[in-house]
Amino acid sequence: MKHSSQSSISLTDLHVNFEEINAGLTNADAVDESNRCLYCYDAPCIQACPTGINIPSFIKKIASGNLKGSATAIMDANPVGASCARVCPTEELCEGACVLNHSTKPIMIGNLQRYATDWAIKNEQTLFEAGEKNGRKVGIVGSGPAGLSAARELARLGYEVTIYEAKAKAGGLNQHGIVSFRLPQKVAQWEVEQVEKLGVQIKTNVTVGRDIPVDDLFEHYDSVILAVGMSKVPMLQLGGEDLDGVYDAIEFVEGTKKGDLTTELIGKHVAVIGAGNTAIDAATCSVRLGAENVKILYRRTQKEMTAYEFEYEFAKQDSIEFRWLTAPIRLIDNGHGKVKGIECVKMELGEPGMDGRRRPVPVKGSEFILEADAVIKAIGQTRHLDLIDAFDLAHHRGVIKIDIDTFQTSNPKVYAVGDVIFGDGQGEAMVVSAAQHGKKAAYAIHQQLKKSISETA
Amino acid sequence: MADLRINLAGIESPNPFWLASAPPTNSGYQVQRAFEAGWGGAVWKTLGEPIINTTSRFAAVSFNGRKVAGFNNIELITDRPLEVNLKEIYDTKKRFPNHAIIASLMVEPSREKWHEIVKRVEAVGVDGLELNFGCPHGMAERGMGAASGQQPDLVEAQTMWAKEAAQTPVIVKLTPNITDITMTAIAAVNGGADAVSMINTINSLAGVDIDSWNTIPHVAGKGAHGGYCGPAVKPIALNMVAECARNSKINIPISGIGGISTWRDAVEFMLMGASGVQVCTAAMHHGFSIVEDMIDGLNNYLDDKGLLSVNDLVGKSVERYSDWGNLDLNYRIAAKINTDVCINCNKCHIACEDTAHQCIDMLTDANGKNYLQVREEDCVGCNLCSIVCPEEGAISMIELPRESMPMTWNERQHALAKLMG
Ligand SMILES: Cc1cc2nc3c(=O)[nH]c(=O)nc-3n(C[C@H](O)[C@H](O)[C@H](O)COP(=O)(O)OP(=O)(O)OC[C@H]3O[C@@H](n4cnc5c(N)ncnc54)[C@H](O)[C@@H]3O)c2cc1C
Ligand SMILES: Cc1cc2nc3c(=O)[nH]c(=O)nc-3n(C[C@H](O)[C@H](O)[C@H](O)COP(=O)(O)O)c2cc1C
Ligand code: SF4
Repeated sequence: MKHSSQSSISLTDLHVNFEEINAGLTNADAVDESNRCLYCYDAPCIQACPTGINIPSFIKKIASGNLKGSATAIMDANPVGASCARVCPTEELCEGACVLNHSTKPIMIGNLQRYATDWAIKNEQTLFEAGEKNGRKVGIVGSGPAGLSAARELARLGYEVTIYEAKAKAGGLNQHGIVSFRLPQKVAQWEVEQVEKLGVQIKTNVTVGRDIPVDDLFEHYDSVILAVGMSKVPMLQLGGEDLDGVYDAIEFVEGTKKGDLTTELIGKHVAVIGAGNTAIDAATCSVRLGAENVKILYRRTQKEMTAYEFEYEFAKQDSIEFRWLTAPIRLIDNGHGKVKGIECVKMELGEPGMDGRRRPVPVKGSEFILEADAVIKAIGQTRHLDLIDAFDLAHHRGVIKIDIDTFQTSNPKVYAVGDVIFGDGQGEAMVVSAAQHGKKAAYAIHQQLKKSISETA
Repeated sequence: MADLRINLAGIESPNPFWLASAPPTNSGYQVQRAFEAGWGGAVWKTLGEPIINTTSRFAAVSFNGRKVAGFNNIELITDRPLEVNLKEIYDTKKRFPNHAIIASLMVEPSREKWHEIVKRVEAVGVDGLELNFGCPHGMAERGMGAASGQQPDLVEAQTMWAKEAAQTPVIVKLTPNITDITMTAIAAVNGGADAVSMINTINSLAGVDIDSWNTIPHVAGKGAHGGYCGPAVKPIALNMVAECARNSKINIPISGIGGISTWRDAVEFMLMGASGVQVCTAAMHHGFSIVEDMIDGLNNYLDDKGLLSVNDLVGKSVERYSDWGNLDLNYRIAAKINTDVCINCNKCHIACEDTAHQCIDMLTDANGKNYLQVREEDCVGCNLCSIVCPEEGAISMIELPRESMPMTWNERQHALAKLMG
């Protein structure tokens, strides 16, 4: 597999920098690797996949040349299985559980999953059918992995499903948020189309709570699923935040995914604040936009960083500098309303805080100035508080309270899935868990409504 | 969704995948688990006078690090009392009325013995019988299995005896340990068999331990020949099925066995004339769940081909299988190397240079780049280079324009004879 590094960044055609990096397995690789799978019984990789994909089965189907069956096995368990093949932290999930870790090296499950789903995309397969209409309607807010997954399963169960999506294109962060050189838009788009083919209506450019009132949904649908994810990056609460050249990481990455690639960063110095996956994505995007130097500033150390190991490795390959124990105090104006640097302070780790992580505290007199032509904020995401309130749902600081088995909220008619319930110990913000939430909520809704369906039938 | 149901000589099953008579079908517990996993039928582990098995029974041949390329065993027929097996067959059939249960039988070559066992197994509701004339070890020394299966007259007589008593279809399972399997297949037809199945295992010694000098496997330091099966025997089995399928004297259905591990293998056997297939080693290697991909893969294949029923495959390649004398001597193919794809391992060159017809040249172009090229006029189109080539698409065998009309060896001899007057 080819990996490009910073040395191969083109400054004349930025678009090539955003093409998918991982070339995928060749046919020969796929045959070799699929035959290397032991086809374990009660395989630990299945347990380790949040959506429970029958991994040995889909790999066996690659080995036998049943690629349609393979793609079906994957997508059946995971409606965004083609995206997951690319963005899942597999070393922490399926591949981490592979028994071959104990003897040789784990099976490349993610790459095989991609091989099978790529086949389905290339051969324009339609893998599923809608169930016979049962007369019940479900409205879903948000078309990210969680919303799509719920819609797919509900459609297969015979529900009439409508999704409302604020953006112009469906797919959520798969479409807008995860960098294109790891997840090209066409993959997310294919998954959206698979769901639409089941008769699911996706109304784009409609922001629920603004373009249509929440009450409309209650009126129209038997159940409503909230799958709106999270919102913008929060304010740093520092001076100079509204200067030119200061970006929100999510919006910054979204810009690159839409294809409007700015040439403004070519040869420039970029500072990214935060060290989660979003920060790394913003940093690697900056490199691909031609920035000469990209630094990630984090107030704690590498140990506390929330980015996945593979993301961190990837950033290092891109020659991104990490400045640990460094916190911004203020953004500096160049005198014309544009940022020219950050005043920072060195930190040290003190006593553990509420979350168990040692709290960083400033080192007195360690302030210094870091030059930067652009500053990207990536310190997490805010919550859709207004919408949650409009739905009148119980929540804790924007994390909606749910029944952990059914995903039902304090309003029995409303379910919440995906990033919108992430936090407070309620799982991890990952595409694959969002997909699983969606499935489970769909089945819970079916359990709830099934009775009334048979009564009216 | 294509229709996967088959009807083999009157035995119906929901799909063409049966477990062969062997350890996977030892007991009701196992066969029921297999049916739950999706197998369409099961040929029960051979019934007869209970025997004593040795411990240490199996050995496998790994090939270049891949496990179980071939499998070798010295196990005999069932070692459980007949009554126990009959009760479990009865219970299993009750639970799975639509699945095929076939009783495999082996008794001494005597009319009474055959009548007796046939009546007893049919009384518990089996869908058919399979006469095991194939087991190559142990039972043969007692005049049963392959010993009787190698003698056409004994095959015919025993088939007849079984048929005299049988109400259900009788399948005769043939041994491959014979020069021409059609001889015994014809004997089975003459004895009134409703179908033949093949192959049982092939005489084998899996290996010798070069440190201890013991055979593999060994029983307290001694070994005896076993029966070979698994992926390695597939080409042998496929040929035997094909030879029977194209023989006009063998006009009964064939149940194909030998090295079948995937739906692809099954398709090949069916194209070559098998009405259904049986599997042993692949299930022993991976468990019953492999049938899931066999069914799914077959289904997708049939859909892709636009076929509505799996039966539409049966025998479709048989007419393309013939004698050497009917092959066109004027058909010409030659190797062509795609230098854009070639990775320059030179394996084709040395294969041709040392062991074929010395027609792949190692050349250097104007830029000093090495490349390989076939001298088409000297290439005999043997396929060796494309067989040893590790890179997909680097060597293709292409059809050359005809220089003369098709002519087979037989036609040539015929024409020559005519000329000679
Ligand atoms: C930069 C970045 C990189 C990431 N990388 C990875 C990764 O490598 N691997 C991984 O597993 N996860 C990754 N994640 C996390 C992953 O993207 C999320 O966990 C996942 O997308 C959550 O899915 P969701 O459906 O809950 O929400 P989202 O994908 O956020 O989808 C929510 C959708 O709801 C819409 N919406 C919001 N409000 C409204 C409204 N009022 N009306 C109508 N529509 C509305 C939004 O426009 C959006 O389309 C990453 C996240 C980010 C930000
Ligand atoms: C351990 C073992 C035991 C077997 N016992 C029997 C038997 O009792 N009766 C029989 O007809 N065939 C027996 N066979 C042969 C199988 O039914 C089958 O014909 C053979 O294994 C080829 O199929 P395969 O390549 O799928 O394994 C046995 C095979 C093995 C491996
Ligand atoms: S498989 Fe292993 S444990 Fe089971 S009977 Fe054979 S030798 Fe014993």
